[in-house]
Amino acid sequence: MVLSFVLPLAFFSIFAVIFGRSGGGTPTVKLILVDQDQSQASHALVKGLTSESSLVVMTKPASDKKNAPPLPDYTAATAEAAVKAGDAPVALIIPAGFGRHPIAFGPGKSGSTLQLLNDQSDTIAPQIVVGLLQKAAITSMPAAMADEGMTYADKYVGGFTAAQQAKVDEKLEALRKLEADGKTGNGSSDGGNSGSGPAAAGIVAVNVRAVVGENKKSPMISFYAAAIGVMFLMFTASSSAGALLDEAESGTLERVLSTRVTMTKLLAGKLVFNTGLAFVQLVAMFLWGWAVFKLDFFSHLPGFVVMGLCTAFAVAAFGMLLASACQTRAQLGALSTLIILIMSSVGGSMFPRFLMPEAMQKAGLLTINAWAIDGFTKIFWRDLPVTDLWPQVGVLVGIGVVFFLVARRVARRWEYA
Amino acid sequence: MTASAQKTTMEFGTALEVDGLVKRFGDLTAVDGVSLAVRAGECLGLLGPNGAGKSTLIRSMVGRVQQDSGRVTVMGNAAGSTEARMALGWVPQELSIYPRITCRENLGSFGRYYGLKGPTLKDAIAWCLNWAALEEKQDDVAKTLSGGMKRRLNMAAGMIHRPKVVLFDEPTVGVDPQSRNRIFEMIEALRDAGTAIVYTTHYMEEAERLCDRIAIIDHGKIIAEGTKEELVEKTFGKRSQVLARFAGETQAIEAWASRHGGRVKGETAEFTIEQAGEIAPLLDDATKAGLELEDLTLRRPNLESVFLHLTGRELRD
Repeated sequence: MVLSFVLPLAFFSIFAVIFGRSGGGTPTVKLILVDQDQSQASHALVKGLTSESSLVVMTKPASDKKNAPPLPDYTAATAEAAVKAGDAPVALIIPAGFGRHPIAFGPGKSGSTLQLLNDQSDTIAPQIVVGLLQKAAITSMPAAMADEGMTYADKYVGGFTAAQQAKVDEKLEALRKLEADGKTGNGSSDGGNSGSGPAAAGIVAVNVRAVVGENKKSPMISFYAAAIGVMFLMFTASSSAGALLDEAESGTLERVLSTRVTMTKLLAGKLVFNTGLAFVQLVAMFLWGWAVFKLDFFSHLPGFVVMGLCTAFAVAAFGMLLASACQTRAQLGALSTLIILIMSSVGGSMFPRFLMPEAMQKAGLLTINAWAIDGFTKIFWRDLPVTDLWPQVGVLVGIGVVFFLVARRVARRWEYA
Repeated sequence: MTASAQKTTMEFGTALEVDGLVKRFGDLTAVDGVSLAVRAGECLGLLGPNGAGKSTLIRSMVGRVQQDSGRVTVMGNAAGSTEARMALGWVPQELSIYPRITCRENLGSFGRYYGLKGPTLKDAIAWCLNWAALEEKQDDVAKTLSGGMKRRLNMAAGMIHRPKVVLFDEPTVGVDPQSRNRIFEMIEALRDAGTAIVYTTHYMEEAERLCDRIAIIDHGKIIAEGTKEELVEKTFGKRSQVLARFAGETQAIEAWASRHGGRVKGETAEFTIEQAGEIAPLLDDATKAGLELEDLTLRRPNLESVFLHLTGRELRD
C-alpha cells in the first residue's frame, strides 16, 4: 500500500512544488552587471535592465551576514570569478567609454562592445540577457537612439544646415534631460509573463493574450500528476502481475489451472484487477493534486475517467506481459525497473517532452507514458473535449490489447506440459 | 487394460479410466502405455520409486499434461474437459494454498475457481472445514498453521467441489503421526462415501492400510496390479521370506547368500523358501562358511518385498 500510494504521492508533491509555481512563466535569470562607464547612457541601460522582471540584476555581491556593511560593486575580475563560482550564469560588463557611442545601427559599425561572460552549461541565460539588452537599449536610451539616427540622416541627406543642426541639437538635449529625469519610457514590463495584457512599452506595441491556460495558475501540476502517476502505475502493475510468478513457483497456479479456470480467464481476471488498481492509483494522485495543489479536477472528470481507464488498462497489460516473460520475481524486478525507467525518461515522465530534441520526442511516442501524458494534458491544460482524445485512447487501448495477447501467448508455457 | 481393471469396469462402472497412456518428454518416455481403472468407492494405490512416472501419470489424469497417445476419462468425460475437472479433485504433493489468507478464505477462493457461489459455496466450505477438522482454525491465516493442518487444508481445497474422483499425491509428507492418522481417517471416510481415490505414497504401510488395490509403476509402466494378497501371491506364490542376520565378513555373507539364491542388505540376508524345512540346510551351510547367526525371522512377504522384488529398489530410493 505504501509503495502503491504513498511513494507516488510523495514524488508527485516534490515535482509539483518544484515546477508548479503559480504564475508560471519564464524563470528569472541572475545577471551580474558591471558599469565601468558610469555615464548617463550606461546608467540608463542599467536602469532599463534592472526593470526587467525576467532578470535579477546584481551590481554588488550579497552580504552573507545580517546588518553587515554592503560589499563593494562588482568589477570585471570579481564578476568573472562570481560566474565561475556559480553565483550567476551571466555577467555583463559595460566598458568605459560606452556612453560616448553606445549604439551603432548595422553590423561592423563603430559602437561600443559590451562583454557578456557566461556559464556554458546554461545555454538559455545568455540568449535571454542579449535579447533583453537590445530591448533595454532601444527603450531606455532614446536620446542615444535619436542621436545615432540624426547622425545617419545628416550623412545621407547631404548634411544638415546650421539651423537644422541647431534644432537637432536642441531637441536631443531636451530628450537627454527627460531621460536623466526618468521621464522617458523604460520599457519595463513583465514581458508577457502574466499571460495577458500589454507587453513591453517598446517601439512596437504588443498586446499579449493567453489562449491556453489563461485562467490557470499552476500549469505543471496536472502534467506531473499524469507523468509521475504513469511511471508509478507501471511499477505497481508489474509488481502486481508478478503474483503470477509467485503462484507458479508455489504450485498454486497448477492447482488453479486444474479447476474450471482456464489460463485466458485467469489472465483476464488479473488484468481487470490490475486495471482497477491502477485507476484507483491515478484517482488518488489527481485527488491529491486537487486537495493540495488546487488542481481543477472535478470539472475535467469525464476526460479524466476516459484517459484514466485507458492508461490503467495499458499499464496493466504491460505489467502482465513482463510477468509472463520472466521466470522469477527477481528477474521481473530487474527487467521492469530497467524498462520502466527508460520508458519514463524517454516518454516524458521525468522531463517534459516538448523540451527534448525532436528525435527524442518522436522516440517518446513508443512509450505508454507519452500517450498518457499527452491525453491528460489535452484534458487538463488545453481543455479539449473528450472526443479529441481519440488518438490517445486508440493507441493506449491498442497497446493494452496487443500486450495482453502476447502475454497470453507467452503464458502457454504454464498451461500444459 | 489389465484383466483386473477390465473386470472392475464391467462389474461396477468406472469412475476413472486410463487406457494406453503414453507421454514423452524429448527422448524420455515418462509414461509408457499405462492402463488402469478405478471404480467408485475404491482406493487405488500407486507405488513407484522416484522417476517412475507417477507424477506425470497423475498430472495426465488431472489434465495438466497432454498425452502423446492414449486416453484418460473421468466419469466418462475426457480429462481436461470442464465436466472432468468438476468431477475430479487433486491434492498435489506440494502445499498449494495461499499462505497469506485464512483457511476459510482459501477454501472460498478455490470454491469460486470451481464455479461455486452463494449458499452452495458456504455449505461446501463448512463441509470441508468439518471434514478436515479445521473449524477452530477457519479464521487463522494459513501460514500460521502447523504442518499437519496445512496438509489438511491442502486436502480440503481439493475437495471443496465434492468431486467423485480424488487424486492424492503423497498427502502425508512431513506430517507428524497424529496428523497422519487423522488424514487416513479423512481418506477412509471419503472412500466409504463412494469417492474413487488414487493414492500415491512412499510409505508401504499407508498403501496397505488405505488401498483396496495397488498398482506398481516403474520406468513408466505398470509392472504389477492387484490387491496386496494378489500381488504377494503373484510374486512369491506360497513362498515365505527368511531374513537372517549374521556376524562375519560381508564378502562371506554375500557369497553364501548368492549360493542359495538370496540377496544381502546390510548384514541381513534375504531368501524365499517354500517350506520351513529348507531353513536348516541353509543355516548348516552358513555355519560351515564361518558365519555366526545372530537373528532369524520367518515371515510372509509383504508389499515392500513385492516392490523390492519387482523393481530391485527400495520404495524410498
